[in-house]
Formats: sequence, structure tokens, C-alpha cells
Amino acid sequence: MRRSQPLLHLTLLAAIALSAFPLYWLFVVATRTNDVVGDWPPPLVPGGNLGDNVSRLFSTEDAHFLLGLVNSAFASVTVTMAVVFFSSLAGFAFAKLKFRGRNGLLLVILGTMMIPVQMGIIPLYMIMVELGWQNRMQAVIVPSLVSAFGVFLMRQYAERAIPDELIEAAKVDGCSTFRIFWTIVLPALRPGAAVLGLFTFMGTWNEFLWPLAVLESDNPTVQFSLSQLSTTYYTDYTLMFAGALVATVPLLLVFIAFGRQIIGGIMEGAVKA
Amino acid sequence: MAVTDVRPRPVAPPPRAPIPPLRHGFLSLVDTRWSPYLFIAPFFVIFAIFGLFPLAYTGWVSLHEWDLGGAGAFIGLDNYTTLFGDPDFWNAVVNTLGMLVLATVPQLLLAMVLASLLNQKLRGLTLLRMGVVLPIVTSVAAVGIVFSQIFDRDAGMVNGILGLFDVAPIDWRADKWSSWTAIATMVNWRWTGYNALIYLAAMQSIPRELYEAATVDGASKVRQFRSITVPMIRPSIIFTVIVSTIAGMQLFTEPLIFGQGGYAISGGSLRQFQTLSMYMFEKAFRDFDYGYGSAVAWMIFLLITLLAVVNFLVTRRGN
Repeated sequence: MRRSQPLLHLTLLAAIALSAFPLYWLFVVATRTNDVVGDWPPPLVPGGNLGDNVSRLFSTEDAHFLLGLVNSAFASVTVTMAVVFFSSLAGFAFAKLKFRGRNGLLLVILGTMMIPVQMGIIPLYMIMVELGWQNRMQAVIVPSLVSAFGVFLMRQYAERAIPDELIEAAKVDGCSTFRIFWTIVLPALRPGAAVLGLFTFMGTWNEFLWPLAVLESDNPTVQFSLSQLSTTYYTDYTLMFAGALVATVPLLLVFIAFGRQIIGGIMEGAVKA
Repeated sequence: MAVTDVRPRPVAPPPRAPIPPLRHGFLSLVDTRWSPYLFIAPFFVIFAIFGLFPLAYTGWVSLHEWDLGGAGAFIGLDNYTTLFGDPDFWNAVVNTLGMLVLATVPQLLLAMVLASLLNQKLRGLTLLRMGVVLPIVTSVAAVGIVFSQIFDRDAGMVNGILGLFDVAPIDWRADKWSSWTAIATMVNWRWTGYNALIYLAAMQSIPRELYEAATVDGASKVRQFRSITVPMIRPSIIFTVIVSTIAGMQLFTEPLIFGQGGYAISGGSLRQFQTLSMYMFEKAFRDFDYGYGSAVAWMIFLLITLLAVVNFLVTRRGN
């Protein structure tokens, strides 16, 4: 095994180069001018045009890119906070509190994880029309405020992370259940909450089908705005690439800051599955 | 009866725990009894309104002639009968399944290879892992845009590379096989590393002694992989197969962005890469035929369930 190590490293590095290349290429084109796109051999080093492309992106009026960015940031932060809070609350209840119907209700939640939510988007759209939420961000945010996956994940986490004695002791001291949750449980759940939060943030940022259905192009999310760019300006590659780059940067920042936790979360989830 | 009882008599009754005031006791009873339900209520309330109800209602809508004006006549299964004779629907079924296979099989096989490479004593393991999952932290639409350019007929890099081998440029959007390949490439690129990590996690929980014993018995690396690694990580394989199938059946963003211009939602001028989700979207939100769109939605749901069950049975029986 020792002898094959350099080869192994080389193979892995090649795999990583392959997985990183489209991102690098995204950056390269976003920094160039349109006339070099399509050249052969293709430009492989960044140019100096990033600022220009980005400012063109934000001033392209009917793309509403800045608004899309703000909308997505607002939705992602709100949804992430809500999902983490509600999932911890319900996960704690399922893991540590005794109540009638607990197992049955938990099964219901597990069952709903199998249902692709987008299958209900037509009636969901009708509900939004009834509520007058068409083309408003509530329509994107409110249905996503809870997550079956989140409840399940936080329940698993709470079972391991919180000793029963701790809760008993707090009860004897006269703590209300919510106070126990807020002061003892929530801090103990923090690592699990971080993983759930990261995935929820990425998921909300990347949501596409539903915003496309319920929003109009004058009030888009960032993915919606990008799709507008690619159908309307598809000869203007550097503009589209600048948009794609700006839409990816927040996720990359999250990844750079929390990469270890993300990997840990994927692997831990995998073992349990 | 001898007086042998020498136990000390209590001088005073032992101090009892202070009795909490009645009101407090009542409140804490209410708290214990009701707070679990309050804690899980947000999930159930929001999910019932925005998740479960729409799903069931989709079925109801699909039994009607239903357009922008609201519910029309109840037409029973007419939408479904029409659907079964609708060539565009079957085209979408074939496209979705085709891309599903092209995007799932290589993805999982590559992930398996990648995982077994990563499952060695290596330096810089964390960095390697981060490199491998990098693709999942990109914006989906951005992936669509980058790969659209890479697979462009005139300016694309893939055609440029093929040109080095004297292959004539391919119009990737024009045919079924070529557009499916391009779209499947985006999906494969994005998810291979993620699946590799899942397999890696499972591989790391296999006891080393199994491999040592196999080596003593003279089993080759390949044989060890087939007879130890694969069976031991089977639960993870089932998991990834089912998850990839469900995701593949809902494929939407990648093909939509790949199909630039006015034909985007129909997946090219001849619907060569229109998926089921795109067809549902086209019917419901472009033609405003909500009844028909709902019938498509239910068919997608049934197909997903069917495929998940088949996958589960096959993967479990295999080996």
C-alpha cells in the first residue's frame, strides 16, 4: 500500500482538479471580456474585467439582480433560523419528553420525508393566490419554515447529546419545560444545529422551481434572476458568469468557514442512514 | 415480649419537602402535559397547510377541468386518460428516465471508486475531502450556466477538446443522446463527491480485521472490494440509490438552464430534453391547465414511489 501512495495522491488530485475546474472556469470567464470567450485554446488565467462585469450585472435593469440577491439572502437567513429553532424544539420533544402518540407522530414525520414537496406546488400556488402572497417573498419563506428532515436530525442529536438526569434536575429545580429547552437543551444542540443550518441555508439559496412558479421576474430570487440572465442574455457570457459567480460566493464563504462541519454532517448522516 | 427495640425514636417528624403552592403545581402539570404538543405543533401546523394539504389537493384538482378561472367540471379520470395517450408526456417520461440512468449509474460507481481511494491512510485527508465535496456548494443555476457554456456548439470547451482529436463539433442541444449526456454531466459532477463521502463513512466503520483475514487467505484487492466492502456498505448503497432516484425524477433546474432561449421550458425545440417536472411546469404555469398539470404531478409521484420500491428490492436482493 505504501508504494502506491504517490499514484494514489495523483489520482485523487486529478479528481479534485476535475471537481474544482468548473468553479475555476466560472471565475476566469467572469473576469474576462466577451471577445475572448470561445477562443481556442480557451483563456485559463483570470483577466482584469471582473469589476466591470459585476457592475454591468447590477445595472442590467430587467434582471433585478441586486433585488434577487437581497431576497435570497433574506429568505435563506429567515428560513435557516426558523428551521433550526422549530426542529430543535420538536426534536427535543420527540427525544426527551414523554407524551401520548409520540411514536405515531414521529412515524408521520418520517413518512413525510419521502414525499417530494414540489408535487404539491399547483395547489400551493392556489393557496398563495388566495392569501394574496403571489409575487411576495412570504410565499417562498413560509412553507419552508419547518423541515421533517430537520426534526429527525435534531431528534437523533438530542438523544445522544442530552442526559436525562440533566432535564430531571432542572425540573426538580422548578424550571418550566420551555426554560429547560432554552437554557439547557438549545446550547447542547449547537453542533447539530450548525449542520442543519448550513444545509438549510444552501437548500434555500438554491431553491428554484417554486420561486419560479410563485414569483414574477420583477421580484426574483437569485437563482430566478440567473435563469433570466441565461435566457435573455445568453450571448453575453461574461455577464452571466459574473452573475453565477456572485450567486456562488455566499455558499463558498459558508463552505470555507464551516467545511469541516459540513463534511462531518454528511458522513454522520450517512452512517445512520 | 422483650423490649428489644432500641431504635431511636424520632424526636420530631423529619422535615418534609416544602409543598409547592397549589397554583404552581397546577401550572407545572399543565406544562408537563401540554408543552410537548406545543413544541411539535409548529411543524405539524405549517406542514399540514403547506405540505400535506397541497399534495392531497393535487389529486382533487387532477380530477377536474381546472384553469385560471378556478374549478370547472368534475371529469373523473379524463385527465389521466388523456395523459396516457399524450406523446409529449411519454417523451418526458423517457427523457427523465434516460437522464436518470446517465446521471445516477456513473455517479454512484465513481463515488464508490473515489471513496475506496480516500479510505486509505493519507496525508491531508480533510483537504482532500473538502475538494471532493466542493461541487455541492455551488449555486445550481450557476452550474447550469457554466456547463451550458462548456457544452456550447460554437464556443464550448468540450467541442474544442474533441476538435483536437478531429471530431466534428457536436450540437449538444440538438439531439436526445447529446443533450442528455451534457445534462447528466452536470448532475454527476455536482453529486459524485457527496456520495463518495457517504460511502467513505460506511467504509470506515468496517472492521480492519476482515481485510487482514482476507489478505492472509490470499484474496486480491479487487476480490476484497467485491466480497467485503460492497456487502458491508450495502445500507449506504441503498440509501444513495433511492435518494439519487428521487432527485433524478425531479430534475428541473439543470435542463431548464441548459435550454437557453424561448424553448427553455419545453426542453429544446423538439422537447428532446424536457423532463417530467418541466412538463408539469409547462402545463400548469405556462398553459394554466392546472387540472392536467396536477395529473402529471401525481404520475411523477407514483413513478417515484414505484422506482423507490423497485430500487429497494433490487439493491437488497443483489448479492
